[in-house]
Amino acid sequence: MNQRKFRGDWLLLPIAGMAAVVVLWAISSKTWAPNLPTPWKTWQVSQPYLAQPFEKRGELDQGILRFTWYSLILVAKGYTIALLIGTPLGFVLGMSKLFAKTFDPIIQILRPVSPLAWLPLGLVLFQKSEPAALFTIALCSMWPTVLNTAVGVRAIPQDYLNVARVLNLSRTKTLLKILLPATLPYMFTGFRLSLGIAWLVIVAAEMLT
Amino acid sequence: MSALLEAPRTAARLIEPDYVRMSSLPFVKLEHVSKSYGTGEQRREVLKDLDLEIHRGEFVAIIGYSGSGKTTLMSLLAGLTRPDSGTVTMDGREITGPSPERGLVFQNYSLLPWLSVYDNIALAVDQLFPGWPKQKRREHIEKYIAMVSLTPARHKRPHELSGGMRQRVSLARTLAMNPEVLLLDEPLSALDALTRATLQDEIEDIWDRDRKTVLLITNDVDEGLLLADRVIPLSAGPGATLGPSVTVDLDRPRDRKSIQRDPHFKRLRTEVLDYLLVAGARQKPKRREPMSVAS
Repeated sequence: MNQRKFRGDWLLLPIAGMAAVVVLWAISSKTWAPNLPTPWKTWQVSQPYLAQPFEKRGELDQGILRFTWYSLILVAKGYTIALLIGTPLGFVLGMSKLFAKTFDPIIQILRPVSPLAWLPLGLVLFQKSEPAALFTIALCSMWPTVLNTAVGVRAIPQDYLNVARVLNLSRTKTLLKILLPATLPYMFTGFRLSLGIAWLVIVAAEMLT
Repeated sequence: MSALLEAPRTAARLIEPDYVRMSSLPFVKLEHVSKSYGTGEQRREVLKDLDLEIHRGEFVAIIGYSGSGKTTLMSLLAGLTRPDSGTVTMDGREITGPSPERGLVFQNYSLLPWLSVYDNIALAVDQLFPGWPKQKRREHIEKYIAMVSLTPARHKRPHELSGGMRQRVSLARTLAMNPEVLLLDEPLSALDALTRATLQDEIEDIWDRDRKTVLLITNDVDEGLLLADRVIPLSAGPGATLGPSVTVDLDRPRDRKSIQRDPHFKRLRTEVLDYLLVAGARQKPKRREPMSVAS
């Protein structure tokens, strides 16, 4: 208990940290970066967005929560598409050696492609900005789900499959009663990673559309 | 032509004491079974020219070193793998794949961790007896849970159970499938000595009640002699094969304490151990010839 210097450090220290950054920002805009607006100017300009978060004054002039809502919807849609495509793809990749051998190289090439590079392709394919953004989010955030599901399917202990074989479970029943529950932890890890990526991609997608 | 060939063979069967006692053809039969894994340089022969006959209602124990191919033998009987050569038959039909009529109790329990005790057994029962009314299925499941005295734990998941309890669930699941042959693949080897003894008694009780055909694979000579009608040693691999069958003609029920002092029990144990330690022991690894350089 003696180590604690003063009360309220949990609040004061973070505020001090933030203040230091704002001061650094102010100094920068005054000295070596004249094009950077000062913190005060930024605050003044942001006010209409922050003060009336649900206001709609025009297509690009809306409250901050309205914009957040649009982004959320876009992420939700793109993420859902990613899961709907990624999970079955992961299952097939994990279950079929032939499929894995055929498509693994192309997946490894496509996986690290930047969202910025997918966006033009989306625009060419769909002509409009929203489907293009969805396309980009879905395509970029799909891979963790695909790969984790595939790893999960491959990691299913042979014993569980033997149980299915001894009981003569049909393919559908094996999938629903054995494969799916056994892979679930891996799938959810993939889902979580995918969500993180979907959030990263939305920023890029919205800036460019 | 074929009748002529049949006749002397039938005669031979009649004079064999085992057939007189069992008065039937062998129920499960392995003939010249060999099995290897891997290819080329990596190829390792696990089982070599195995012959085995088990009669209906018989309790047979196979005893062998760990790593000698006991589990491979079990997989062949269960139909999970096929032999490279030779045949495995049950009731005259060749075993080509896994079937619920040969219930396998796995060494590592193989319970599904996301299902409760009840649901693990229900998965098997619902699959095998879909025609039964719900009530009958539930009673059937509860009966087998009670048989292995797990009724208070029936809604627990496997990870909440001890090793002995898990193996009981596995046993109950297999028994609930109502198999014609019970294949026990080292079911007790992962358990402590006390739990082991309890479960041995339970297995003997269950066998005594149903008189199912049982094949037990174990690395414990005493366990085999305590439970089985016949004990067959499996020589050390690679290329393991079965030694001479030892008939355990001790009266049942066998008491594990007094049996230890029984001279006949000791004699049988020596007989099995002698084979395992001398004839069927692992050969010293041959020194490899220096490899010639392939061009």
